[in-house]
Amino acid sequence: MMVELVNVYKRLGGRNILNGLSVSIDRGETLAIVGPSGTGKSVTLNHIIGLMSPDRGSINVMGMDITKLGYRELQKYRSKVGMLFQSGALLGWMTVYDNVALPLRECYHLPEDKIREKVDGILNLLSLTDSAGKFPNQISGGMQKRAGLARAVVCNPEIMLYDEPTSGLDPVMSRKIDELIISLQKRFSMTSIVVTHDLCSAFGIADKIAMLYGGKVVEYGTPEQFKASRNELVREFIRAQFSINIQTGGER
Amino acid sequence: MIISYEPDSFPPTGDLVSRLGRTGGIFLRNVGRGTLLVLQAFAGIPRALAGSRTDIGRALGQCGIRSFGVTSTVALFTGMILGLQAGLILRAYGQEMRVGYLVAQTMFREMGPFMTALILAASVGAAMAAQMGTMKVSQEIAALEVMSINPIHFLVTPRLIAMMLMTPVLTVYTDFIGILGGALVANTQLDVSWTAYYENVRFLLTSREIWVGFFKAWVFSVLITGISCFQGLSATDGAVGVGTATRRSVVICFLTVLITGYIITRMFY
Repeated sequence: MMVELVNVYKRLGGRNILNGLSVSIDRGETLAIVGPSGTGKSVTLNHIIGLMSPDRGSINVMGMDITKLGYRELQKYRSKVGMLFQSGALLGWMTVYDNVALPLRECYHLPEDKIREKVDGILNLLSLTDSAGKFPNQISGGMQKRAGLARAVVCNPEIMLYDEPTSGLDPVMSRKIDELIISLQKRFSMTSIVVTHDLCSAFGIADKIAMLYGGKVVEYGTPEQFKASRNELVREFIRAQFSINIQTGGER
Repeated sequence: MIISYEPDSFPPTGDLVSRLGRTGGIFLRNVGRGTLLVLQAFAGIPRALAGSRTDIGRALGQCGIRSFGVTSTVALFTGMILGLQAGLILRAYGQEMRVGYLVAQTMFREMGPFMTALILAASVGAAMAAQMGTMKVSQEIAALEVMSINPIHFLVTPRLIAMMLMTPVLTVYTDFIGILGGALVANTQLDVSWTAYYENVRFLLTSREIWVGFFKAWVFSVLITGISCFQGLSATDGAVGVGTATRRSVVICFLTVLITGYIITRMFY
């Protein structure tokens, strides 16, 4: 197993957010975590990256229980993980180029010519070459996500975490981001975990889908198994999402 | 963890005693975390100085150059008020020629470091808290951590270096502008000649006053940076949280500067 969460509990602000969550991902697989708001999807990602620690339970990644790592070991572990944040989380005072180059400069201390080669390559792959000199507030939301994605994958991570990669984007841009996730997955052979509300996206990119409800997994399986699920919560979630799209004239 | 990504695990609820206890617990925890933040920022100084130093340059500009205008105005009028008030009292005893000594002593010992610290806390400190807070709620701090970049070394250390360099410089500048303001009033309203004023300042001011003022300024710079950055990095709940963190940072800085100023004065005089 590449990533394995076993019986994880977390209480935040007086509420049980994770309630005995157990889920695992094999190497090279893409897992989509779906579910209604407030069920602990982003909290799960924060646990996997070590930004939060569980009240109970263990989180094993690449054979290490990351809940027991010290700060330096955690930093070493994080260098093997990339994360795309919901907002892109680009540093506002740096250009797109400098944002993407940041981990290479600060963590790997590569010479500038190597950094330029790597950053130009990834910006080209994500069609961001023309925006390299722009600041985050000068580019669109979709471009910010792509720039965040470029920064996350520039160090060739073994595990990639995506927090709502298509939220706030129009359907066309959402599908482009999905295609990018698939192409990056193929190119870098990463293990990916995607937290999303967007079932269309989940069906398109994931090998496995886990649905969270009340802080634990209520359904887990391939997209086909998920679509055929008899679990009422899953059926309602699928029904609600697609009926909304029909009402609003969505193309999903 | 110095920077927490979780809301308070024990918010103050229940009866008065338990609320007081919990509030005290949160206060002590925050003092501990803030102290660790400052220590970690100090630990990052060698690496920051060995790096490109553009961050330090930018922070120096924000702390120093942009504060000169407001500092000059506040210092000039503080000196003028001091000169006028002290001069009027001294004139009653026929000692108005001593006004230079009184203004200089007050500026170097107390008002210079104190006024500079208040200006920096309200302008630079508030800006630091707001910037850190915005970065925290927009997940930029978390992004730095995920990239294995220590946010304290990356963001706090350059600001700490800049503040430690600029606060003493600004304090001395405030002292001299304040003394100049006092001289203006002494000369135009108390009929004290420039020479008499200058001689009073020169002969009666000891190096001890200057060094204690420097020391105060340095302590204040560390406190303002630590408190402001810690409050910003503790922000939660979006724009409201950033506003709360900024307000808290200014209030805590004011109180801490006031109390620490008294303690240092008590230590040396």
